[in-house]
Amino acid sequence: MINEELQTLLSSWNFELEFTEEESQFLNISVKPEELYGFMKQLKETPQTNFDYLFCLTGVDWGTELGVVYHLESTTFRHQIVVKVKTADRENPAFDSVWDIWRTAEFHEREVFDFFGIKFNNHPNLKRLFLTDEWEGWPLRKDYVDEVNMVIK
Amino acid sequence: METVTEITTRNFKSQEYFINMGPQHPATHGVLRLVLTIDGEIIKKVEPDLGYIHRSIEKMSERDSYQQIVHLTDRMDYLSSHINNEAVCLAVENALQLEIPDRVKVIRTIISELTRIASHTLWWGVMGMDVGALTTYFYGFRDREMINDIFEETCGARLTMNYNAPGGLMFDIHPNFVQRVKDFIAHFKTKLPEYDRLLTGNVIFQKRTKGVGILTKEDAISFGASGPVGRASGYSCDVRKHHPYSAYDRVQFNEILDTEGDTFARYRVRVQEMWESMSIIEQLIDNIPEGEYKVKTNAVIKLPKGEFYQKVETARGELGVYIISTGTKNPYRIKFRSPGFSNLSLLNHITVGGKIGDLVATMATLDLVIPDIDR
Repeated sequence: MINEELQTLLSSWNFELEFTEEESQFLNISVKPEELYGFMKQLKETPQTNFDYLFCLTGVDWGTELGVVYHLESTTFRHQIVVKVKTADRENPAFDSVWDIWRTAEFHEREVFDFFGIKFNNHPNLKRLFLTDEWEGWPLRKDYVDEVNMVIK
Repeated sequence: METVTEITTRNFKSQEYFINMGPQHPATHGVLRLVLTIDGEIIKKVEPDLGYIHRSIEKMSERDSYQQIVHLTDRMDYLSSHINNEAVCLAVENALQLEIPDRVKVIRTIISELTRIASHTLWWGVMGMDVGALTTYFYGFRDREMINDIFEETCGARLTMNYNAPGGLMFDIHPNFVQRVKDFIAHFKTKLPEYDRLLTGNVIFQKRTKGVGILTKEDAISFGASGPVGRASGYSCDVRKHHPYSAYDRVQFNEILDTEGDTFARYRVRVQEMWESMSIIEQLIDNIPEGEYKVKTNAVIKLPKGEFYQKVETARGELGVYIISTGTKNPYRIKFRSPGFSNLSLLNHITVGGKIGDLVATMATLDLVIPDIDR
């Protein structure tokens, strides 16, 4: 399906979606955190969409908001889509984990937790992946203070 | 990761205990630590412990210009350095909507395929070594050496090449390039059957690899497997076929698929891929178009505001570069989706219930490059 057809189909679903217009080759969709899991499950399980391949999962700090970007592809139709979820809660950001929909998310979500401090509810093994447990702070956040000057400005 | 005291005081079932494999283990090929929970010799759980070589390339990239980022990427998967460079260059070129000369596209594709052969020959050598066949190691390195010599003559570097730049190539190819590549292909065509005679048909090797570490197609997709790991499970995931870039849309080649999904299938897919790579090079090497080797770009590259994604097929699988730009000379956020990271995540799934020896064989066919996972 091309982007316009996908947009028409997804708009008919019972979710509060926002189709964002940034410069991108994909169809960009923002979804509310509380609807994320249900929406993702439907994306994978609906035969017409069949997004069975989560090829990229990225944590992003947009300045005031923290969020996660999911790049999805269907291995049968080869159409692609981008789903974004954001929260303004920087103290205790949390989204539902999608690891039981796409198993690859288990590792990718741990990486996001490690660098952004975003928690994933129902994740089976949410702990630091690359950094040590004693590490303080979330290094890829924009407000991270790099005290030992590891990345020299 | 748990401390040693925490692990040793954990409630183990009768015979279970844990053992560290790595970070200094010859079979992990780099600083990867696997915490194995085992019962006798049966593996109950494999937990990778990462970060020993994490250099924070994504964070460094936020401070660097796009030309500089290219140089960081060949420190990720150093055996596919040219292809990593190409991914960033393509992302930048697409964002700037640059028209890249055909000459550049063809040269990039030839060198990408040479890189793939070099990576696969090295893998073939250490794969044999991991299961006890030391001769393969020397055969693999001998043939890879010829490719490294071609690279050295082309751009001065043998491993971390940096031959790509946004807009084209750093220099034009050396006058000897075409002849030397042809010589290599002629040489390698006599050597690749030797690989089969030496290892593929070996009874001990087949007994160690067949039926071991089986990955089903559904699991391959769910775990985000890509490259030969996915294709050995019958999952058609070749980026060169599905999202062609550079000159891949003008060559004929087969996507090698297998259905078994075991260690031997992954082995066979890689060996077959070397034939396909040679075929791609042969189709292109006599037809390198004349023209510029680079288009002019601004000294300071500023990407337009927006989001850009580029995927390429490295020797290990699908590498994705995701750039969020706010219109400045640095990316606001850059993410490298590396093939090794996803391929490692399925290691626990396919080795539980097997023996430690099988784990070594299975891990060898995942072809992990640790800096690619740690970034």
